[in-house]
Amino acid sequence: MTELTYTAPKPKVIPGATGDWEIVIGMEVHAQVKSEAKLFSGASTKFGAEPNSNVSLVDAAMPGMLPVINEYCVEQAVRTGLGLKAEINLYSRFDRKNYFYPDLPQGYQISQLYHPIVGEGEVLVDMEPGVARRVRIERIHLEQDAGKSVHDMDPTMSFVDLNRTGVALMEIVSRPDIRGPEEAAEYVRKLRQILRYLGTCDGNMQEGSMRADVNVSVCRPGDYERYQESQDFSHLGTRCEIKNMNSMRFIQAAIEYEARRQIAILEDGGSIDQETRLYDAAKNETRSMRSKEEAHDYRYFPDPDLLPLEIDQAWVDEIGAGLPELPDEKRARFVLDFGMTEYDASVLTAEVASADFFEKVAAGRDGKMAANWVINELFGRLNKEDIALSDSPVSAEQLGGIIDLIGQKVISGKIAKDLFEIVWTEGGDPAKIVEERGMKQVTDTGAIEAAVDEIIAGNPAQVEKAKGNPKLAGWFVGQVMKATGGKANPQAVQDIVRSKLGLE
Amino acid sequence: MSIDIDTARRVAHLARIRVEEERLPHLAEQLSSVLDFMEQLNEVDVDGIEPMTSVTPMALPRRKDGVTDGGIQDKVLANAPDAREGFFAVPKVVE
Amino acid sequence: MDLSTLTIAEARDALRKGELTSVDLTDAYLTAAEASDALNAYTTKTPEQARDMAAAADARIKAGDAPAMCGIPIGVKDLYAVEGVATQAASNILAGFKPQYESTVTGNLWSSGAVMLGKLNMDEFAMGSSNITSAYGPAISPWRRAGDETPITPGGSSGGSAAAVAADLCLGATASDTGGSIRQPAAFTGTVGIKPTYGRCSRWGMVAFASSLDQAGPVTKTVRDAAIMLGAMAGYDPKDSTSANLPVPDFEAALTGDIRGKTIGIPREYRVEGMSETLDTLWREGAEMLRDAGATIVDISLPHTKYALPTYYIIAPAEASSNLSRYDGVKYGHRATLAQGDGITDMYEKTRAEGFGEEVQRRVMLGAYVLSAGFYDAYYVRAQKVRTLIKRDFELAFGDGVDAILAPATPSAAWGLGEMQTDDPVQMYLEDVFTVPLNLAGLPGVSVPAGLNRQGLPLGLQLIGRPWEEGDLLNIAGALETAVGFTAKPERWW
Repeated sequence: MTELTYTAPKPKVIPGATGDWEIVIGMEVHAQVKSEAKLFSGASTKFGAEPNSNVSLVDAAMPGMLPVINEYCVEQAVRTGLGLKAEINLYSRFDRKNYFYPDLPQGYQISQLYHPIVGEGEVLVDMEPGVARRVRIERIHLEQDAGKSVHDMDPTMSFVDLNRTGVALMEIVSRPDIRGPEEAAEYVRKLRQILRYLGTCDGNMQEGSMRADVNVSVCRPGDYERYQESQDFSHLGTRCEIKNMNSMRFIQAAIEYEARRQIAILEDGGSIDQETRLYDAAKNETRSMRSKEEAHDYRYFPDPDLLPLEIDQAWVDEIGAGLPELPDEKRARFVLDFGMTEYDASVLTAEVASADFFEKVAAGRDGKMAANWVINELFGRLNKEDIALSDSPVSAEQLGGIIDLIGQKVISGKIAKDLFEIVWTEGGDPAKIVEERGMKQVTDTGAIEAAVDEIIAGNPAQVEKAKGNPKLAGWFVGQVMKATGGKANPQAVQDIVRSKLGLE
Repeated sequence: MSIDIDTARRVAHLARIRVEEERLPHLAEQLSSVLDFMEQLNEVDVDGIEPMTSVTPMALPRRKDGVTDGGIQDKVLANAPDAREGFFAVPKVVE
Repeated sequence: MDLSTLTIAEARDALRKGELTSVDLTDAYLTAAEASDALNAYTTKTPEQARDMAAAADARIKAGDAPAMCGIPIGVKDLYAVEGVATQAASNILAGFKPQYESTVTGNLWSSGAVMLGKLNMDEFAMGSSNITSAYGPAISPWRRAGDETPITPGGSSGGSAAAVAADLCLGATASDTGGSIRQPAAFTGTVGIKPTYGRCSRWGMVAFASSLDQAGPVTKTVRDAAIMLGAMAGYDPKDSTSANLPVPDFEAALTGDIRGKTIGIPREYRVEGMSETLDTLWREGAEMLRDAGATIVDISLPHTKYALPTYYIIAPAEASSNLSRYDGVKYGHRATLAQGDGITDMYEKTRAEGFGEEVQRRVMLGAYVLSAGFYDAYYVRAQKVRTLIKRDFELAFGDGVDAILAPATPSAAWGLGEMQTDDPVQMYLEDVFTVPLNLAGLPGVSVPAGLNRQGLPLGLQLIGRPWEEGDLLNIAGALETAVGFTAKPERWW
């Protein structure tokens, strides 16, 4: 495996009235496990169903109902752990987290406090080419999602939908290694990318498939290093937890706001209350959550309806063997194998689908040219027209065909763009289109000479000027290209023009 | 007495059971008497003993991923004290 | 034929021979149940269902498809969800609840052809040992002290089950046992009750009290009936993660009556202070009877016995406090009427204060306390460690070659209603001293009538078996039953 080398980014510094401040961020990302059925019941995980329709009697916590674990959710958690280079715990256990809330029908959430299925791992968070933050993962545990309370359907009542209740979540807990709002957003982006590569979470943040709780505190320059030396968290300041963030942009804005709020309090001689806060995107501010004001006492204890979860190393190895190539490796390989920039490699490996598309296009062709065409022509166009790659009117084969024609000098780069336009709007086999529409490059020197002669004859003044200023030869080349409808081989035109003008 | 009135009040709230103020002393007393009874466990030497997590030595059974349940909104809501438009209705929750 | 004195085995044989129809049998028991309101054993009667099920059973028998329980009228403890039938676990918090599902155990019974007469009284959420915590009011034992009309408790929590079987209001009844709730009522009413190995019966659809301790089992008139009925209730259930994936042996076939070569342990720690002389005598006599039948009697030690009660009263309430969180007035059952401005927390607190009885409230709060921050290790974790030691005591005894352990089922005979000092929970909890260790260790235990005390109330002996060896255990119990020859029946006064 190839690895690129990185340097760590500088922590974000916020200048205050009393000196500089730094931000320390740790995150708990809740990623919905991609599975057909829920973690402990056979009800569907599909989003957007009628209220309370994807609900079994187990999810609704009817008296006497019992949980039975979905093996695939366990497998997905293991796969995720392996993808984050984490330790897999062959022995894990489920605990009940007890609290009352209308969308928590059991009155407890089945989670894994004491013995999570996945232990320590890491995520490499790319900031810019050559600069990345290694964020340590503390643990990943499996747990049940809660239902949804709708508060705006009635003035005095809240309405509860249990469709999401019991859907499997992976809670991915990071260490406080994230040092700025941008890093936080990039961390989530990278995590999302890896999970999508692994196929363990669809990463659909709008539908709530990924949500982050963000722990923010502020400290003085040097404090973080003191924490690193001593592992004493008190150096990092008192943290506040911003709950349930589901957009990278909001994560960034919320941290920015929260850090400044804390700095203002501290500089005013106040102290930070450790609390749970909500981000209000409309007002761009965080506020204390009233419902969480009272100190929670979750009374965790092992769920007596379930036995410890013991898995085999052999099964873990099997899952590991089936792991796909992950973004970091893929990007490194693209840089090395195709000689592209790290930036281009990042663009192409952002999604498995785009990387696969590119590799199909690049197979047996010039990698750089393929990257250029995929990124600039195709992705550029798709972005502009807001079309997903999966719906692209130009397939990898078609784009490859266009590139082949350029490589074989059948068409020029300029014609290739016209050809791309035709394939985009009309479809079809590029080679055939070129053939049928006479778009082939003219390499017949006789025809080109004739065209050059004609232009020279028609423009004596220009000829005179060009003889004094060889740079003007380009004008003749342009005229010839125009006259031949762009089909003339530009190199040949260039050579002939120069020779006829006596510029050699 | 191991449980004072404040603790009794806190425990009642934790369990979401309304206990009128005048009943708290009695509750505290009863809970205390049970807890005092439990103190005898402190006599037991439990050094190196694993807490029991399952009384039968079995592996946790796992089911295959597949939708086998759901689509029973009527049954889910059949016993609800207040169901409206397919939802359970509860007094407004303030977040 | 006197239908009221039939056992399950006798009724089964008569049904198969065509000497009797389930419809007639069921009618007789419906009539008996109808006239039994003074016992308050039934909380709900389901005569129409019973007659339909009986007719269907008769058809099956005629067709030659007659499993063991086919056509046998039984009662169902209110703890079991029965589809479309009020299921409240004797609690007001489940007022009006009609499950849209059938518990696995009752489902198993219906598949084997059993006929449901109705739901039976119990302590609220199976928490109690005198049936006084029931929202329906206490079940009353058919037994009375000689020359005394004081109503006597049938025990708890399966008080309705035991009273109904003892009073011939059904041929057998489902019950459940978290800390003795099958064996104690059986002992109090001169009936047989078996709690099988944890995991033998599915808990799916049985209202949970303490998940790691709850086990279903039957209360019947004889050991043979217990074998038959348990066989029909038991079995692996993929819907219960703690259910054992083991075949259910033919328990009745195990009843050979031959216990020669068996080793019976007598645990010295069960000889507690204040145990009645009669009980002590019956225990000794029981051991002698087993010896006479060819078993070897050995003294054994289960040194952590005295810690079983405090251990149990930490673990059971802890699990219960969490299991009962679902009763919150949102999805089913009672919801308190709210005052203007009441929020969600008021709804929870009022609903649960109104819906749960005093004992349930006490245990839920106790459980919340022992799990709460700062106390979890000191109480819950410590209790689970002691539980390991209690289980180990039994393992060591069985490892030394003991096949079953003989002990009293209860420290005393049943008491009169109102005689138990209910305001001192610890005093009440002490009644469970002989029964809870098995639940903590997950072991099977059966209570067999051993005789009457001086006042004419039944006393029971308990046999404790190796895990999954219910057949062997029932065989030893059967030998004891034969030797004791208990034939007393309560005089009908209701």
